[in-house]
Amino acid sequence: MDRGNNWDWEPGKREIGDLAAWSGRYDMVYAPCVSPDGENIAAIVKTGDDEWSVCVNGRTWDARFEKIWNLMFLPDNRLIAMVSDSAVWTVAIDGKTWDNWYEFVWSPVFGAESGRITVAAQAGLRYFAVTEDTPWANDFNALTSLTTTRDGQTSAAVVQHGSFPEADIDKFQEGYFTAALNGSAWDSCYVNAWEPELSEDGRHLAAAVRTSIYNYTIAIDGRTWDKTFSCVWEPKFNPKDNSVTAPVKVPDGWTIARNADPIWQGRYVQLWHHMYSPDGSRVAAIGAPEYGKWTIVENDRPWRIRFKDLVTDAVYSPAGDRIACVGKSDGKWHVALNDFIWDTPWDMAWQPVFSPDGRHAAALVEKDGKYTIAVNGRPADITFAAAWQPVFSPDGGRLLIKGVLPQSMGGQYCRYVLKTENVAG
Amino acid sequence: MHAIYELAGGFLVWAALVIFAGGTVIRMAWLAATARKKDAAVFHYFSFYYALRSILHWIVPFASRNMRLHPVMTAVTFIFHLCLIITPIFAAAHVILIAESWGGGWWYLPDAAADIMTLTVILGCVFFLIRRISKKDVRYLSTAGDYILLVIVAAPFLSGYWSYHQWSGFEIAGIVHMLSGELLLICIPFTRLFHMILFPFTRGYAGSEFGGMRSARDW
Amino acid sequence: MKKQNNLNNTQNPGQIHDIGIKRGAGRLSREKIASVLEKLIETEGGARLSAYINTCVHCGLCSDACHHYLSRGCDPRFSPAGKVKQTVSTILAKKGKVSPEFIKRTCEIAFTECNLCRRCQLYCPFGIDISYLMLFIRRACHLLGVVPQYIQDTAHSHSATMNQMWVRDDEWIDTLQWQEEEARDEIPDLRIPIDKQGADIFYSVIGPEPKFRPQLIYQMAVIMHAAGADWTLPSAPGWDNSDMCMYTGDVEMTARLKKVHFEAAIGLKNKRIVMGECGHAFRSVYDVGNRLLGWKMPPLPTVHAISFYSELLEEGRIEIDHKFERPVTFHDPCNIVRGRGLHETARYIINRVCKTFIELEPNREHNFCCGAGGGVINCGPPFKTKRVESNKVKADQLAAAREKGAEVVIAPCHNCHGGLEEIIEHYELGMELMFLSDILYECIKKK
Repeated sequence: MDRGNNWDWEPGKREIGDLAAWSGRYDMVYAPCVSPDGENIAAIVKTGDDEWSVCVNGRTWDARFEKIWNLMFLPDNRLIAMVSDSAVWTVAIDGKTWDNWYEFVWSPVFGAESGRITVAAQAGLRYFAVTEDTPWANDFNALTSLTTTRDGQTSAAVVQHGSFPEADIDKFQEGYFTAALNGSAWDSCYVNAWEPELSEDGRHLAAAVRTSIYNYTIAIDGRTWDKTFSCVWEPKFNPKDNSVTAPVKVPDGWTIARNADPIWQGRYVQLWHHMYSPDGSRVAAIGAPEYGKWTIVENDRPWRIRFKDLVTDAVYSPAGDRIACVGKSDGKWHVALNDFIWDTPWDMAWQPVFSPDGRHAAALVEKDGKYTIAVNGRPADITFAAAWQPVFSPDGGRLLIKGVLPQSMGGQYCRYVLKTENVAG
Repeated sequence: MHAIYELAGGFLVWAALVIFAGGTVIRMAWLAATARKKDAAVFHYFSFYYALRSILHWIVPFASRNMRLHPVMTAVTFIFHLCLIITPIFAAAHVILIAESWGGGWWYLPDAAADIMTLTVILGCVFFLIRRISKKDVRYLSTAGDYILLVIVAAPFLSGYWSYHQWSGFEIAGIVHMLSGELLLICIPFTRLFHMILFPFTRGYAGSEFGGMRSARDW
Repeated sequence: MKKQNNLNNTQNPGQIHDIGIKRGAGRLSREKIASVLEKLIETEGGARLSAYINTCVHCGLCSDACHHYLSRGCDPRFSPAGKVKQTVSTILAKKGKVSPEFIKRTCEIAFTECNLCRRCQLYCPFGIDISYLMLFIRRACHLLGVVPQYIQDTAHSHSATMNQMWVRDDEWIDTLQWQEEEARDEIPDLRIPIDKQGADIFYSVIGPEPKFRPQLIYQMAVIMHAAGADWTLPSAPGWDNSDMCMYTGDVEMTARLKKVHFEAAIGLKNKRIVMGECGHAFRSVYDVGNRLLGWKMPPLPTVHAISFYSELLEEGRIEIDHKFERPVTFHDPCNIVRGRGLHETARYIINRVCKTFIELEPNREHNFCCGAGGGVINCGPPFKTKRVESNKVKADQLAAAREKGAEVVIAPCHNCHGGLEEIIEHYELGMELMFLSDILYECIKKK
């Protein structure tokens, strides 16, 4: 997949689509989205009575549908939507529908590196996933929490295997839930299964499970850890050796465990969304060392900074030597990088994006309805009525900003390429 | 007899005071430590302002709806508790004894007032006893301990009253007065009488949650 | 104890058949009970439990606070302290050494004879939180596996689907699209935006809305549209803010549910959560779930629909086209009045929108519970008679308002609707129940 090498990185501004003008052409225009390379903007448009289509850079798809939702660009710049005709649903990609139609499709997931897409589907009250128009070989009584690998080749979900009579509480507790990998469910079923997680190579699947209504543990490829806990959160595979860890609740607090044994000494009021550095040598999590005080904990060492309201969107730099996150205190949103909070508080901040060399971090931020990009803490001079997350060029020297200008400046969707050195704080 | 009098008026007074103070401190410390361990959130939501607001509404007569719904109970409860606390502290005999033993002393009640207040406490106990027996919901809740506590509370006042009026056997009544007063003190940290110490905390926490978190009144 | 037999009660406690209670207790032995309860007291029975139990002077002043007690001829077994005596106090006194029969009765008391409405906390001079004590007992029942069938089934639904009604992921989205389609017949450019990143408002509802009352989603969409609000609902689980696990004592599941709910909003970068007209869900999101997860306050500002409507009216974002004609009365839901002090806010809306408003007596923080709250209605049909008999006092309260002319009862809470519906039907009160959104939908200028 093109990782941006062939994108236009020439510094400057280009106007791509006049979103405001579309409103004059259609009765309704909504859910605009832009392609990763910023070259396309698309929206769902109403073309007639109960007739909908998609407009891309001012051109309307030939196809018309009864309903459209979930319009989005994939990492490979393909434009997809869930579409319905005659009360059945399928996926349309760049205006062309899949051959197979279902009673419903939802929850699109895609390989971050390939764009290969999988959706959840239902037909005849049976549930399964469909990857690039090919359904799983098996279907289930229910399916949720669909996920896929970075290459999009493998997909997994939590499934209900078999049915139990309505309100039969004893039957339910016998266990009807498990995880399925590419349509093959594990042999063992649990009272519940949640948060399925695939190894990077797609060969292993882990999930948080409840083996009784009191006992929580992690199951990997259908085998549970040999200890249970009063609670666990989502497991993660270490990219280095495919070992599995998860936040677990032990009597004196939360910690990280591998194979059911705590690997951190620290005990926390809360600990979740742990993540590995790309080389697997470090592990970090969002945590609360004290009640109501949130931070990042890396390798069992909490940062010094604390947020009162929440921490979210933690991310490792590509080299794994830096962590960025979004935090909130007293109602204001902040971006933090390696235990330092960027100066300006915002009304909202999105997950920071690192340059491939990890030297720079940029984040989409918003204040008073005006969006901008903060690079290494410094807000860019330009503000937008709407904007998307920025992208660094492969060498990190350029920054692609995608935004819709305010009405006072024309209201067009523009693509800006800036020299990182000019905008970085 | 004299030896018992000496003991009750000397060592046992100290012992009772130490047990009362020590028991109260230890029990409160245990509660605080347990709260830190198992109910840590309590400390995060405690608000002095709202705690005080709630406490005030419950120590001012008729400031809460429930007090207005039960006017007799409210009146008796307030007068009873006032007399119960004020009488022993400001009874002339107590103040003079303290002044003689340790020096100092403070203002004291005229004898007639103390007399009426003592009688009020005794009648209060009788009222509570009758209420406990006659109201079926209260009777249902009552345990043997509740009746015994009433006796423990009434005893020093009854014996004090007896002894003050020098009715027959008043010397024994005097000893009973001292012993039962000491027993009452000792019982405070270890029985439901501890509600006098816990009241500001339980009420204050309710007030903190209602006022600080829920923007609602709790009276 | 003998005296109990002389007490006036219409339905004998303990006579109800519930397989959750019966089978659950059937699996217990005295040893198992003792070991579970001892461990619970050791690990979770803290200072609050001790302070509450030991502070209570058995004065009975809480009795008159309880609608169960008042409705059942002042049967002392139904007084708040009476329920504590029969359950927590006995368990603590016996150090957990009680029989399976005792647990059955305890379960029935904690789940169906107390609505956790916290009214008694306003009547206890010490502010003893009886709902905390009853929840402690429900926690014990959960750990012992003795929970009424229907509410346990709801807790199972929560765990499997993250909503309380076994609504599948696709059914939820389909319902939203269906309601959008319906609403477009009335307002052609109306939208129910799904998964809108960065929207100001994350709107969440309870499971029964898509299942039984989809028109409420429709109505809210109309109100949002009229107000020009920037709002969204998530397509994925997290859309349901309700929580029966809080009431079954499954606090671990409550934590998980609230995590999914908050993270749905956080993930969509929505600035605040507006919740539909539900009381218990508000308690779970505002008061309980956040604390279980370590958040002192909800991580995003969380407001009940009442606050939201009042804000729209105050800011002039919605306008009243005509006032609601029929005389209304208002039932203050426990979890948003004693639980959030929204009584005056609700009255502001009613006075703006309705022509004639008649108060229930008592009202505001002192209103009586609907009898359904605290998961009591979720214990289902086996307890229906018991529920309505336990809330005659509510029927009397409503009847008094009806005498003054009230025709419509407004209750901005789903559980209250469930409870009041039963009461209105059983006592043949002939009053109509409405949500505030029903009234607003009828009266605002639709743009």
